Amino acid sequence: MKHQIHDPFATLNGVEVVYPNGNVGLKPLDLSLADNQVTVLLGPSGAGKSTLLRVLNHLVPPTSGTVTVRGAGSLTDPNVLRDHRRQTAMVFQQHHLIGRLTALQNVLLGRLGNYPFLRTLLPMPAEERRWALECLERVGLFDRALSRCDAMSGGQQQRVGIARALAQRPRLILADEPVASLDPAASERVLGQLRTICEEDKVPVVISLHQLEYARLYADRIIGLAQGEVAFDGPPAAMTDDVLQRIYGPRKNLAVAEEPPLHSGVGGI
Amino acid sequence: MQVVSSSDGPQQRIDDLLRKERQGRRTTRAVIVLVSVAILACFWVTGMFDGDRIAEGFPAIGVMFTEMIPPDFSRWEYWIGPMIDTLAMSIAGTTMAIILSIPVALLAATNTTPGPITYKIARLVLNTFRAIPELIMGIVFVAAVGFGMLPGVLALGLHSIGMVGKFFAEAIEHAHPAPVEAAQSTGATPLQVISHGVLPQVIPQFADVTMYRWEYNFRASTVMGMVGAGGIGTELIGSLRLLDYPQVAAIMIVILVAVTIVDSLSNYLRRYFQ
Repeated sequence: MKHQIHDPFATLNGVEVVYPNGNVGLKPLDLSLADNQVTVLLGPSGAGKSTLLRVLNHLVPPTSGTVTVRGAGSLTDPNVLRDHRRQTAMVFQQHHLIGRLTALQNVLLGRLGNYPFLRTLLPMPAEERRWALECLERVGLFDRALSRCDAMSGGQQQRVGIARALAQRPRLILADEPVASLDPAASERVLGQLRTICEEDKVPVVISLHQLEYARLYADRIIGLAQGEVAFDGPPAAMTDDVLQRIYGPRKNLAVAEEPPLHSGVGGI
Repeated sequence: MQVVSSSDGPQQRIDDLLRKERQGRRTTRAVIVLVSVAILACFWVTGMFDGDRIAEGFPAIGVMFTEMIPPDFSRWEYWIGPMIDTLAMSIAGTTMAIILSIPVALLAATNTTPGPITYKIARLVLNTFRAIPELIMGIVFVAAVGFGMLPGVLALGLHSIGMVGKFFAEAIEHAHPAPVEAAQSTGATPLQVISHGVLPQVIPQFADVTMYRWEYNFRASTVMGMVGAGGIGTELIGSLRLLDYPQVAAIMIVILVAVTIVDSLSNYLRRYFQ
């Protein structure tokens, strides 16, 4: 079921992650990412979704193996890595915003990497502010630009996170469970915006998700992970019950679902 | 405890849990007894149980109080200048402490320090500044740069680094790691991660500590006058030497009023920075 991609945007060769405490985050894997595709990483908690996502910009550096980006080189080179990070935007599960700052200030943080340190101690230039406002406009939050982020709803905060990602003018967007703490309406809005950005800006988007339904709706390609290994790699249409069992393990049938909801809820966090 | 039960298993578990709970209460009681004994020992060693001596002391204090009444405000216009000096000394000393504390705090916080050696050195520096009382620093600086406000500012500033730097470092360590990761992911340099990921989060705590320290330094700078570092303290020690208790009382009332004003001003500023 291996994807053959011609001239991939990014290539992982024998990437393996072992955490300092001995936990295996990812077993050695080869993978390549195409342009202009929404790739969804699907799998239960602890399957290695976040690890794989963070390997793509070396927030988690691989223990062995390499990540190569087209036109840049291997991320083990610090200069390549800094350029790559500047052009790779990340959207996080907990939004990762600074609550005390306004939406505009948070979006401007996405521009940091383009300026030397001393320059960033002064206010950003007017054209950057204008650009940041355009990004907020795109996620429908222009009117909240001067509100503090801790006064916003979860869905709005996540859209500020997307605006910050857009502000980077990214060549790649990584989203780490962006809808894990959102209600269905907000979730669909966030995922829809990510999909639109992928199509309009021709940017590859990699999203890690828990929810199979969302993966089916928004993905061009699904990579199923189980225990640090790729258990499935293909288009949403190829997802069968058999494949799901490989990712999530055998599912209990409905007769058992009468248990108190305690157990079904835990996995979603 | 006898409870009628149909099955043995659950009853056993309940008994075990209750035993554990009893043990917990026993431990708490033992700790309370131990601490109480230690406190009583301290009272005994320091002579706090010496009732006769304390009883004899009260009349002497009473006599001093009666000598202070009525407070003598006749020289008030001579205190305006020294009061402004004291205020200037506290502001200059606190500012000096803040500016020097930030780099030391960044080195003394586990999440921003470059390595274990810089961390240890920074902590040692902070402990040293905290361990040397400002009065001793005042005496040293008076000897070094002569009388006046300058030695007072230097002493307050240096001593304050010890406490301000420690509190700053703790605030930095409690900063949320999420915005830090976000800043890293945008390709920011380590310094940019600190200036835009960490510092914006800790500004309320920094403001808190700064305002508290300013108020403390204002009180401390009245004492600095005693070692020749200028300000209202010089007036206070002068009146004390002349045994002019009504004037001493007046100056202390003036200081109390000023401290109250500084305290409410710092409270106002603290709210502003939230």
